[in-house]
Amino acid sequence: MTLAQEQAAIGSRTAVVRHGIRAKRARTAVSNALIYTGMLIVAAIMIVPFLWMLSSSLKPLGDIFLFPPSIFPWPPEWGNYSDAVQAMRCGDQSCFVLFMFNSFKVSILGDIGALIAVAMAAFAFARLQFPGRNILFMLLIATMMIPTQVTLIPVFLMIQWLGWNNSHAALIVPNWFGGAFGTFLVRQFFMTIPDELEDAAKIDGAGPFTIFWKIFVPLGLPALATVGVFVFMNLWNDLQGPVIYLSDIEKMTVTVGLTMFRGQYRTDWHLLMAGSVLSILPILAVYVIAQKYFVQGIALTGVKG
Amino acid sequence: MGNGIASGATGAGRSARYRQWRSWGIAYLFLVPTLLGIVLLQVVPVLRSAYFSFTDFNGVQPPNWVGLENYANLGNSPLFWKVLRNTVYYTIGFVPLNIVLALFLALLVNQALRGVTFFRALYFLPVITSLVAISLVWAWLYQPQFGLINYFLSVVKIPGPGWLSSTEWSMPALFIMGAWRQAGFNMVIFLAGLKGISQELYEAATVDGAGWFRRFVHITLPMLSPTMFFVTVVSVIGSFQVFEQTYVLTQGGPAYSTLTLSFWIYQNAFEWFNMGKASALAYSLFVVVMLVTLVQFAGQRKWVFYR
Repeated sequence: MTLAQEQAAIGSRTAVVRHGIRAKRARTAVSNALIYTGMLIVAAIMIVPFLWMLSSSLKPLGDIFLFPPSIFPWPPEWGNYSDAVQAMRCGDQSCFVLFMFNSFKVSILGDIGALIAVAMAAFAFARLQFPGRNILFMLLIATMMIPTQVTLIPVFLMIQWLGWNNSHAALIVPNWFGGAFGTFLVRQFFMTIPDELEDAAKIDGAGPFTIFWKIFVPLGLPALATVGVFVFMNLWNDLQGPVIYLSDIEKMTVTVGLTMFRGQYRTDWHLLMAGSVLSILPILAVYVIAQKYFVQGIALTGVKG
Repeated sequence: MGNGIASGATGAGRSARYRQWRSWGIAYLFLVPTLLGIVLLQVVPVLRSAYFSFTDFNGVQPPNWVGLENYANLGNSPLFWKVLRNTVYYTIGFVPLNIVLALFLALLVNQALRGVTFFRALYFLPVITSLVAISLVWAWLYQPQFGLINYFLSVVKIPGPGWLSSTEWSMPALFIMGAWRQAGFNMVIFLAGLKGISQELYEAATVDGAGWFRRFVHITLPMLSPTMFFVTVVSVIGSFQVFEQTYVLTQGGPAYSTLTLSFWIYQNAFEWFNMGKASALAYSLFVVVMLVTLVQFAGQRKWVFYR
């Protein structure tokens, strides 16, 4: 190939590339518009149940049974919320606040214990040397395969034997033993923390406890926050636990309160929806605060399976 | 002199061994809660409920050994087979619907566009909401006369079914809701899988003139197959244990059309105190879940592509 030919070839190639870039830009604009439209439609589908819940919660009773349904209740019936709070009863007073308090108590106390156990186990599995490490880790992961129904009855009997029936301890304490999912997630995160930090601390004479507390816990906060939200969410939303263990209405959580409410007010959809909105507000707040960590955290478990 | 060296060496040996034992001890100290949990909340209960499944235990009187009676009774009970079919039906309806929806969501939000994190967070919202609240909303959406879904259907001139009160549509109603609720969770896992696919593959394919569809079929799907496998296995295990939907929406009805294993186990154990039968049921569930998972692992060679 002569120099001229070569230059010509290069020139035409640049032209092709330049043309390609322009076409690509036009295509990108079109495909971006398509993607946005798609995202909006799907977002609408995903969000419709929530909007319907919100809209119904603000309708006066008369508007509930309209066909075709009214979408925007106007004026909004804010009174539905206080009615729902009043209607969630135990005995002859409203127990909504009590249910909320119980939910917070169970979720927070269970969560703190779970996080401590999970962080400790994750640290040991990620960074400490000891015989049986791999086997124990496999065993822990294998427990994820066991359906909860299999362990339900014996655990129930154990709780009964401890005399914790009809007490919040039954819901809280089992979480203090950690869990496979959280331990796995935090371990994955701990393994990405560089050795140098640990080595430097060791040279300064730090033992495993100091290294755990001063290095891994602070650096592992994103993963711990993810697990924290997960455990909180599971405890807050749990139905089976409270239904099995608790018998006094005064001890119920807001999730159970909502199902009892459903039993009493079958067709008062405006009140049921107001109650539902109230019951998910706290979890929504936790989610919004921890949202960033949360999605990252689950993503981590997905890849490194 | 020689003696001194020898004793010094043994001293060093002893202290090295001591140090090793000490560090092992510390490691186990970190594991105390977790190991106790494995033993007390998993291993011992699994063994105990295996034992209960061979007894007539009712939660109060000491259990009597009845051998295989519980299992034989289940095998002869038409309701057991119906419940098993229902559970499988839920899984078959839920898993594909959920995966297609989740993958679609993941592809949508796997873009470097403005506001994409907002949509991601939005799609994830149902996952964090309690199934009880969600079930209530959907009960209202499914309401035959005044619900939103039948309203939309009436707009396109389709007569909407009775959903939760229909033996035919109650189960689809449950798995449609389930797929909607869980889609965001699997979306995030798919998203992680998509991020792991090298951009060079797409660039090379584009240079070779492959359009988006061929790139999707020949690059995205094969490269995503390990993630797909993980998501399928986890979703199947989860869907075999469906409980809250049934509890809140249908209590297993109408005419047992939504009675699933996990809800039936709960009823047997805690409403009727047939703990022996409930344990046998739980073990049946366990065996089915294990078999299905094993089959999936055996079959993965055919379609899962590992680099």
